[in-house]
Amino acid sequence: MSNLKNLTGPLSANNPVIVQILGICSALAVTIKLEPAFVMGLSVMVVTAFANLVMSLLRNGIPSRIRIIVQLVVIAALVILVDQVLKAFVYDVSKQLSVYVGLIITNCIIMGRVEAYALGNKPWASFLDGIGNGLGYMAILVIVAFFRELFGSGCLFGIQVIPDSFYAAGYSNMGIMLFPPMALILVGVIIWVHRSFKKDLQEK
Amino acid sequence: MGLRKLVDKIKPTFSEGGKLSFLASTFDAFETFLYVPNTTTKSGAHIRDCNDMKRTMSVVILALLPAFFFGCYWAGAQVDLTGFTAGWYGFVRILPMVAVSYIVGLGIEFAYAQIRKEEVNEGYLVTGLLIPMIMPISTPLWMVALGVAFAVIFGKEVFGGTGMNIFNPALTARVFVFFAFTPQMSGEKVWYSDWTMMGVTAEGIDAATGATALEQLSTTGEMKWSAMDAFLGFIPGSFGETSTLCILIGAAILLFTKVASWRTMFSVFAGGLALGYLFQWCGPEEWRNIPAYYHILVGGFALGAVFMATDPVTSAQTNTGKYIVGFMTGALAVLVRVVNPAYPEGMMLAILFMNALAPTIDYFVVEANIKRRKKLIKK
Repeated sequence: MSNLKNLTGPLSANNPVIVQILGICSALAVTIKLEPAFVMGLSVMVVTAFANLVMSLLRNGIPSRIRIIVQLVVIAALVILVDQVLKAFVYDVSKQLSVYVGLIITNCIIMGRVEAYALGNKPWASFLDGIGNGLGYMAILVIVAFFRELFGSGCLFGIQVIPDSFYAAGYSNMGIMLFPPMALILVGVIIWVHRSFKKDLQEK
Repeated sequence: MGLRKLVDKIKPTFSEGGKLSFLASTFDAFETFLYVPNTTTKSGAHIRDCNDMKRTMSVVILALLPAFFFGCYWAGAQVDLTGFTAGWYGFVRILPMVAVSYIVGLGIEFAYAQIRKEEVNEGYLVTGLLIPMIMPISTPLWMVALGVAFAVIFGKEVFGGTGMNIFNPALTARVFVFFAFTPQMSGEKVWYSDWTMMGVTAEGIDAATGATALEQLSTTGEMKWSAMDAFLGFIPGSFGETSTLCILIGAAILLFTKVASWRTMFSVFAGGLALGYLFQWCGPEEWRNIPAYYHILVGGFALGAVFMATDPVTSAQTNTGKYIVGFMTGALAVLVRVVNPAYPEGMMLAILFMNALAPTIDYFVVEANIKRRKKLIKK
């Protein structure tokens, strides 16, 4: 029962992006289009889940004073793996994501979950916690990217969804959606809407 | 005073316990619009004023009118109309934009006031007129609506409404529309009315079009209008920004009634001129032949200096701060114009940037004052 909570908690009430405000940098950088946002979310989910799993398995054997360096080795190895897989199978997206795949190492969500959860919990629970947080991160990325791609370039997943007749009638894409500041405003709006539903999260 | 009686009669319906009490804010807004209320503003941006905010705002609107009417006339004159017809054409042309600006902006303000159960603030009355005046005349209405909605929600209400905003709402609207729809906000055609009516033909419009003075200056280093044309306002540009003369009349009204701060206004012009002379002396090649005072005559410099840099909410609050912020606004505007080729007009960005810095500057001014006084005590 508590395992299920690990999976669903980070989706809303304990979302890493909009409640803990972690991983904002990449959320602004890779959300111009849906496809890279989706792939990025997936990559972070895989890395978080397996980093949690490995660290949870090793948790009783690592002296606490060298745990950070061990975490870094594990996370870095996983990120390199993910990077290679992306390059092999979805080269275009990997190109679009450029340095941000490598920068998953520095994503606070991963280190945070390993430190805060995996080092004190059993492997299966940690794995689910990683999946849950990755999903929470991905959900926000996809929502932001949905609006940015729809209003910024009139497409979804690269396919034009706003009909030509709209453009002929005077409609126009919003260039501002392609700038990172608008992503920040969108994340702000998501936080605003989310908190107005979850009143217990509102600060006094 | 039939109206007064009517207002008094229906007042209980909207007061607490009345049938329509949920519309109390709306009622209050209309009542104070019709009659001077028997209370004065107690807190917020205008605490130093004996007048209530609605009266202050009315003076600003009055000061805006010369530039507005000139804009109407010039919109018609650009497409080969003359005399009264030109003015009427321009007025009819701009009216939908003003209407959209007020309906969307006030709609959101009323809704917010109602939800929060506060009085409706008057701050939007000026913003609503300023927004059409700082847009190119052919901006599509839905873009205006979007810009207004963005400005009111994210520029103002998110921070807590009038008096709490960090950025000037009118410029927030423009900056949003400018970056969202860059092609529709720059270039050659957008500065001219694109309506064919009252005898205006499509050919006539095409014949009139051309880049703004600033765009010409930044690309070729010269402009085809004389300084006098630029001063009187016979140059292309946003609806209300072209005539420096009319804006100065507005400035005189604002200064005479002490609604705007002469410190800010003066130092914006000083800053612009100072940097203008600097660039004339050792600037980029193409800007050396351009007299410094051109910067004040063309583009939105004068309008921004008089009506937007002096915004009592977003500008500095301390007197020393006003000098510093004003000077830097003017200097920054000219700096952007000359050095950054991507933005021919720098006034908007300069004012917004200094809006963001104003509280910090105020803080240091206050701190310095405290230090100075502490020293006096020790002596």
